[in-house]
Amino acid sequence: MAPRLKLFLPLILFAGMAAFLFRGLSLDPQALPSALIDRPLPEFSLPALGEERTLSRAEVIGEVALLNVWATWCPSCRVEHPYLVQLAASGVPIYGLNYKDEDAAAERWLAELGNPYRASIVDREGSLGVDLGVYGAPETYLLDAQGVIRYRHVGVVDERVWQTVLQPMYQQLSAQGSGG
Amino acid sequence: MADRSATHVPAIIRAGQRRVRAWSRLLLLALVLVSGHALAVIETYEFSSPELEQRYQALSAELRCPKCQNQNIADSNAPISQDLRKLLHQQLEAGAGDEEILDYMVARYGEFVRYRPSFDGATAVLWLAPVLLLLLGIIVAALTLRGRRANSAGAAALDADDEQRLRELLTRTEKES
Repeated sequence: MAPRLKLFLPLILFAGMAAFLFRGLSLDPQALPSALIDRPLPEFSLPALGEERTLSRAEVIGEVALLNVWATWCPSCRVEHPYLVQLAASGVPIYGLNYKDEDAAAERWLAELGNPYRASIVDREGSLGVDLGVYGAPETYLLDAQGVIRYRHVGVVDERVWQTVLQPMYQQLSAQGSGG
Repeated sequence: MADRSATHVPAIIRAGQRRVRAWSRLLLLALVLVSGHALAVIETYEFSSPELEQRYQALSAELRCPKCQNQNIADSNAPISQDLRKLLHQQLEAGAGDEEILDYMVARYGEFVRYRPSFDGATAVLWLAPVLLLLLGIIVAALTLRGRRANSAGAAALDADDEQRLRELLTRTEKES
């Protein structure tokens, strides 16, 4: 029996490799989970876009919310913007992180395209961006009511992303918040 | 390939004046550096000591660009790499140690940013796999060799017993042909 089994060894090895490689086909090599998952949103003190005040961590936490990293130089941000406006209109709290941008251009953008943000943090130097591990725009962070980062989505948030990825987590976190 | 845009959809480079100025500076630098080595760093930093500069080169070669993934931040022209190089320079000048800087980067971008990730539960497979595979190879090779030696010893013993029969067989085939 043992020598017989030995004959099947190459087949077994092949099957194992095939299984791994097949799994690899459906993995996204660009996917990079945030290092800050389940960690609190970093402290910051930065100006608010178009307002005479500084924003800090305390002002953007308190309920389940999205933190959207955007900039006027980012074409994909323009693509996702209408959907963010729609989300905000449906009652989802969204904060903006205006990342390495120019204030005038950013304010013009919001005036023209609508402002989905409760407030936009102005991060001209990208310092909060680095603390968050942002490496481009758009990125969208899901914060729970305690200000803990629960998820990061890299790229455009559209209806599909919202419904399949963000909304389930958003609803679960909201339910937890009101339940406990 | 370097993805030079900071946008998550590759495309479109902002042709701001700042960029143009940066590029012309790069051109100048390229002309100066034409002499030979291909350090793809765009901006140059002043260091207070050559030792710091050496550590800068080593660290920027070891840190991986989170945006372009297959380049280190020394080679990458992505905006995030520029930012990280700037941070690296600031931290080195501020007197931070190598470990401190790497921890800072890892806390924000994950083990991913290190081309030599530290040894822990998640990276143990990565570090141990080569050694384990080598050991496995040695064991398989040793077993195979031993099996072969046992076989050939058996074959020799058979030969002694069957030599006569073999000779008979051979002569028979010779007669038949």
